[in-house]
Amino acid sequence: MTSVFLHALANGGAGGTNLDPLYGKVMFWILAVLAVSAALAMILVRQAVHCALMLAVVMLSLAVMYAMEGAPFLAFVQVIVYTGAVLMLFLFVVMLIGVTSMDSLTETISGQRLWAGLAGVGFAVLLVVGIGHAAIGTAAPVTSAQNTGNLTGLAKLIFTTYVYPFEITSALLITAALGAMVLAHRERTSPKPTQRDIARRKIESGQVAPEPPPGVYALHNAVDMPAMLPDGSTTDRSVSAAVVQRDVQLGRDPQGRITADLAAEARIESERQIEAGAAGKGEAP
Amino acid sequence: MSPAAYVFLAVILFVIGAIGVLIRRNAILIFMSVELMLNACNLAFVSFARLHGNLDGQVVAFFVMVVAAAEVVVGLAILMAIYRARRSASVDDANLLKY
Repeated sequence: MTSVFLHALANGGAGGTNLDPLYGKVMFWILAVLAVSAALAMILVRQAVHCALMLAVVMLSLAVMYAMEGAPFLAFVQVIVYTGAVLMLFLFVVMLIGVTSMDSLTETISGQRLWAGLAGVGFAVLLVVGIGHAAIGTAAPVTSAQNTGNLTGLAKLIFTTYVYPFEITSALLITAALGAMVLAHRERTSPKPTQRDIARRKIESGQVAPEPPPGVYALHNAVDMPAMLPDGSTTDRSVSAAVVQRDVQLGRDPQGRITADLAAEARIESERQIEAGAAGKGEAP
Repeated sequence: MSPAAYVFLAVILFVIGAIGVLIRRNAILIFMSVELMLNACNLAFVSFARLHGNLDGQVVAFFVMVVAAAEVVVGLAILMAIYRARRSASVDDANLLKY
């Protein structure tokens, strides 16, 4: 994939590409199958994080396609801005709010999925037939405007013909940054708790010590293992709610390994006793 | 590969994104589907630029990317505000404009 990328860049990316037609065809089909299957997986997978990763696959294959189509600048912008910045922003927000909130499978409008799918297929047929009638020809020969190269040509266009939209874009970006700051800002409605308040709340709650960390007194100290209290019982408070929810989603018993641990401990104890007994017998004579 | 194939691929990706917007209930996933649709549009613009042998389509795709970045920033900030108020990212739960 990288070699195609560099190959497409090698000619300065003017107009068309100097890709071998067969090479370009093979790459197109590989990337097209990859992009479409990843896009389908994106709208069908339930986990939000998996959706974001599938979207990354689509965006990266589109980036390679841009390079193949003689748009090396856009290919890099796609990788840096879309896959790098926008998708990371998505992942941040998913981690902040959505990682435990699964997409519910219950339909609020009955038959919505079916009708949405049908409408989508109809829309696809409409567009494909329309574009099929348009009889799109082969790529136009490279004009003189592009001979200086993709970057120079783009820069000339952006700073001459499209200079006003470009300036307005900067205003849009500043507005967006301000808007995000205003929207994400939270007014404090109650006074900030002082150290004294926090101490009082701790004493009143009856638990002065911090929450037990996961895996205490258990055989494993993984984050998904509930802590075992000195009396042998386990406590759910030591495990993040997201981890428990994930166990439930995957059909695992969140307490499952604890019982296995207890059984293992009993077995080890009995083996130790047997060994001690054997050693005792051996020493006796 | 002729530009037509790229345009058809863009159509397929756009439709998949549109279906995603319709069937998903989580606002973040709806946003991702919208991003997919914008990407499909960009692919079509780049293909048309190649078809016509000029760079205008690439400039438009560039502007689409910039506007999409701004849109995502504001949209995700709104989403976080909604999540704070309603403890849910589902579009079904946000049925009032305030509170």
